[in-house]
Amino acid sequence: MKKFGGPVLFLDRADINTDEIIPAKYLTEIDKDALKPHLLEDLKMDGFDPAGDALKNARVIVTRANFGCGSSREHAPWALEVNGITAVIAPSFARIFRQNMFNCGMMAIELDDANISGLFEHAGADAEIAFDLSSGKFTVSSGKGRAEYSFALAGFDRELVESEGWVGFADRRY
Amino acid sequence: MKPLTIAEKIFRSHLRDEPFPGTKVLGIDVVMCHEITTPIAINDLVARGMDRVFDPSKIKAVVDHVTPSKDTKTAMQAKILRDWARRHGIKDFFDIGQNGVCHALFPEQGFIRPGCTVIMGDSHTCTHGAFGAFAAGVGTTDLEVGILKGVCAFREPKTIRVNVAGSLPRRVYAKDVILKVIQTLTVNGATDRVIEFRGPVVDAMSMESRMTLCNMAIEAGGTSGICMPDSVTVEYLWPFISGDYTDKAAALADFMRWHSDEGCEYERVIDVDVSDIEPQVTFGYKPDQVKNVSEIAGTPVDQVYIGSCTNGRLEDLRVAAGILKGRKIAPTVRGIVSPATPKVFREADAEGIVKIFMDAGFCVTNPTCGACLGMSNGVLAPGEVCASTTNRNFNGRMGKGGMVHLMSPATAAATAIAGVIADPRR
Repeated sequence: MKKFGGPVLFLDRADINTDEIIPAKYLTEIDKDALKPHLLEDLKMDGFDPAGDALKNARVIVTRANFGCGSSREHAPWALEVNGITAVIAPSFARIFRQNMFNCGMMAIELDDANISGLFEHAGADAEIAFDLSSGKFTVSSGKGRAEYSFALAGFDRELVESEGWVGFADRRY
Repeated sequence: MKPLTIAEKIFRSHLRDEPFPGTKVLGIDVVMCHEITTPIAINDLVARGMDRVFDPSKIKAVVDHVTPSKDTKTAMQAKILRDWARRHGIKDFFDIGQNGVCHALFPEQGFIRPGCTVIMGDSHTCTHGAFGAFAAGVGTTDLEVGILKGVCAFREPKTIRVNVAGSLPRRVYAKDVILKVIQTLTVNGATDRVIEFRGPVVDAMSMESRMTLCNMAIEAGGTSGICMPDSVTVEYLWPFISGDYTDKAAALADFMRWHSDEGCEYERVIDVDVSDIEPQVTFGYKPDQVKNVSEIAGTPVDQVYIGSCTNGRLEDLRVAAGILKGRKIAPTVRGIVSPATPKVFREADAEGIVKIFMDAGFCVTNPTCGACLGMSNGVLAPGEVCASTTNRNFNGRMGKGGMVHLMSPATAAATAIAGVIADPRR
């Protein structure tokens, strides 16, 4: 299983699309590591620096609705993965992006808007998230305090996380 | 029996497994591949010692995103796909000379039938729902499993029914309808949903127009667009299915069994009356940011692009040529047209459409996705503006720092002549 948890990058905008996560011009790469320097490089957002430490250190992204909309490119989860980001928490995801995350053994966790707003209270205060997959809980801790949240992983999603992806599972079963 | 939607009927007829409650693993009838998202799947299968395909006759492959290859990396992507197609005996592989934009080329080859399941590592796979199929864009891992096992897992989507009522005004087209629908639904209003397009306007549409409609279902988050297969579908597919049926009436009767049942359950029903709508144009960086052309007319553009899986078919080029005939595009505008397939190109040439474009001052490129996603053949410079018949206006989509306004081929043609966004009805 992949490692989950660590410093949080907060992206306070809805509808961040896959072109912003990894621009199409890098889709000519067939080596996932080549995507590493280009994660989120076209994301224009106040307070976000694609070359900054917040992104470099991040292991978890907390963001707004419809993250990963647009293209089907799995290069988007891969660009996160090669940068050490294995979990994204948002009110909702685009279907293909969400499935791609779990298919790679990563997590796209849906929380309601109120809880997401609660998480955003920790922005700018060196927030970290620690996951406990067995109890379905995670803890956020920052200069603003500490809070625990519950999250649900559907059976299939949990299986993909535990078996590190869909190819192995499908090959055994079909 | 419980009345079912067309999507529910396809799910039931293709269900192979339900490994967890709510997870439906479907058998896939058509697995489509292009050179951008497939090579990593191929390399992974090779690395795992599982370089196999479930059924070479059900796999279709094309080099379309960057073709002819522009550099070593894109040449390698094409080569990986080409070598793989050859070593597995994939007969339906389309390379230079035969290749075109996947979602225009594969329907033209008769690969899509009502009631079938289609996946591809490309978000605009929803296009093929125009034939009454369930067609979903997927990532590379889903594609890889599709290639290996011929299955794909979905959460069964609910259906949003969109009734398109009234009749299309002059120089208003399927593109304007779908932009209006996306504005109504918003960019995630149909996430994990199928959008079923119904109503007299859809019934009267050609297959090309229905493909334009379904193509942009993903821009509202939809898993698949879908239309009811009817006599228009039969006519389009007849060259490919004439051996399977005694006559067209028999084919139609067979197709009709897929129709959503009377009384089936929709999550939402939306009525859109198009009788009074204007041509639609996007602004901003999201496809639900849509205005009437009259509200945005006069905006200067540097480039006009006509092509793509949304609007690069013969019908689209005819409409644009009808406006361009005998006229010149503005000297400040670079016009680029990319017929979506060799067949479209050949027919456009035979009808004199290619000449009309060239006489007007357009550059005619080979069939390719290239400019639509800023990969080749028409990338914008920072600060430039493109009037485009494509499907995404994301920031940087056609080139870093560029701005894209989505519109119909008619509006794009009128804009090319005027040099500013223009109303094609004038």
